Amino acid sequence: MEIRKELNPVRSSSMNEQAVSNKSLSLTKETSNGVKVEVKGLNFFYSGNIHAIKNIALPIYKNTVTALIGPSGCGKTTFLRCLNRMHDLYPGNRYEGEIWMDGKNILASDIDLIRLRSNVGMVFQKPTPFPMSIFDNIAFGLKLNGIKNKGELAARIEKALKDAALWDETKSRLHESAHALSGGQQQRLCIARAIAVEPEVILMDEPCSALDPIATAKIEDLITELKKGYTVVIVTHNMQQAARVSEHTGFFMMGELVEFDTTQKIFTTPSNKMTEDYITGRFG
Amino acid sequence: MALSFKKNPVDLIFFSVTAAASLSVLALIAGILYVLFSESSLAIAKFGVFQFIFSTDWNAVKGSFGAATNLFGTAITTGLSLLMAIPVAIGIAIFVTEISPNFLKGPISVAIELLAAIPSIIYGMWGLFTLAPIMAKYVEPALQNSIGRVPVAGILFHGTAMGIDLLTASIILSIMIIPFTASISRDAFNLTPAVVKESAYALGATKWEVVKSVVLPYSKLGVFGGIILSLGRALGETMAVAFVLGNNHQITSSLLDAAATITVTLANEFTEADNDLYLSSLFYLALLLFVLSFITLAAAKFFLLKAERRYAR
Repeated sequence: MEIRKELNPVRSSSMNEQAVSNKSLSLTKETSNGVKVEVKGLNFFYSGNIHAIKNIALPIYKNTVTALIGPSGCGKTTFLRCLNRMHDLYPGNRYEGEIWMDGKNILASDIDLIRLRSNVGMVFQKPTPFPMSIFDNIAFGLKLNGIKNKGELAARIEKALKDAALWDETKSRLHESAHALSGGQQQRLCIARAIAVEPEVILMDEPCSALDPIATAKIEDLITELKKGYTVVIVTHNMQQAARVSEHTGFFMMGELVEFDTTQKIFTTPSNKMTEDYITGRFG
Repeated sequence: MALSFKKNPVDLIFFSVTAAASLSVLALIAGILYVLFSESSLAIAKFGVFQFIFSTDWNAVKGSFGAATNLFGTAITTGLSLLMAIPVAIGIAIFVTEISPNFLKGPISVAIELLAAIPSIIYGMWGLFTLAPIMAKYVEPALQNSIGRVPVAGILFHGTAMGIDLLTASIILSIMIIPFTASISRDAFNLTPAVVKESAYALGATKWEVVKSVVLPYSKLGVFGGIILSLGRALGETMAVAFVLGNNHQITSSLLDAAATITVTLANEFTEADNDLYLSSLFYLALLLFVLSFITLAAAKFFLLKAERRYAR
């Protein structure tokens, strides 16, 4: 609500300018975190030459939350799935451009997708527990990464569940089916599963869209905690959520990145008319 | 209940027609059971249940009949064919759903369905004229010269390699049930939600790991259903087996011996049944097959339901 109020342009232009310069200052301050992922001239084509992502360039800063917003079908999820090359699972998809992560172009053909994906975790729109116990759900990823020692497995699983704020609710029933958990718990389990393998980047594709407000609040708190150890990119339809959890926001439209800036700037003084229309709810 | 149709005659007709169609199924089953029971009553009275099931005697001249040899043949051919068919069928299903490039998926799927569409008599003819000679000439001698020389397992391949035996019949049966198991398993695999598979890939899983840990556990109920359906088909299959099994009433340790299944005995001997007890014993066999199929199906339903409940929780 405060954001909306601030948007009413009843201020003098000088004040506005000052606000802008302040924000750009804060932007440079935050860049001191360092760039974790640098996207350059990214184009993506779905099978059949459907141009879904058009010439996108943006930085993703380390240990921050970057939110991607935009109307349905704008390409934000497609963009997110480029970051762990999920599109490679389906034939006919094609990338152009570069995504640099730790000095490597992850779109290069010699990239080991298995290693990339254990380095870039993902949480999906709906909770996707595997048909096995809570314990085994998390052990799955750990085992893939070569952890077989029982003691170490148990310790890592406990840590992951604690980090995902799920330990207290599940410690007495680790060996029950993951499907027995509530939706919100399942989603936190999926987050625990993703962070158990200690990735550096976590991608979240509308992680709260299937959850009730209380579960959503828990996940949002969790995201705020997570950025201490991880770099988070979150796609969301919920603008308040983007405003609450993220440091940077990118606004997507029709496969293009309309605006990318600090969240504060995007939600107070967006430089693009379309961004302003979207975040004030005039369309989309 | 909404059974007040007085107001609407069309609904009443609709109700009667659909209900009659459904009830006729129950009536059919009851009718078939009644005929099997009444026709076999003579044999039931003479041999009882246990004696009939465990007696290996099948002698029309002496008028002494036991089902043990037939049950043996049915059990061995069914079990062996499932053993051979399941790995192949699941392999096909995994390849088609998870591994195969798109341009191969269509042709393979069509080929599987065509395999299922071939009438069993054709399998029987092919088995008799093509497979049996190949078995007798190459496969069975090779088996005898390899595994046949191993002390204990060798028992399985004793005797003369004729090509008309339990092994050949099981192979024909397994070829016949592969399409069923494969296409049902394929459908079950396809039901695994794409996002769940994606989450496994997103953790850095390989294809094999995704299939093993996500797709198979997710679809095991469906696969199990496919296997049971194949079991049912193998139990009741007649023509394909009749050509290559040799119809010899014996219990044997060698897979290279001729044997008889319930279905083969029924197909071959109804024309020969020259007295009431013989005919009645054949009906008794048929009744046994009916019960066996029924138990199989009931067991499958029971396990599926149990597994489903565990899932839903």
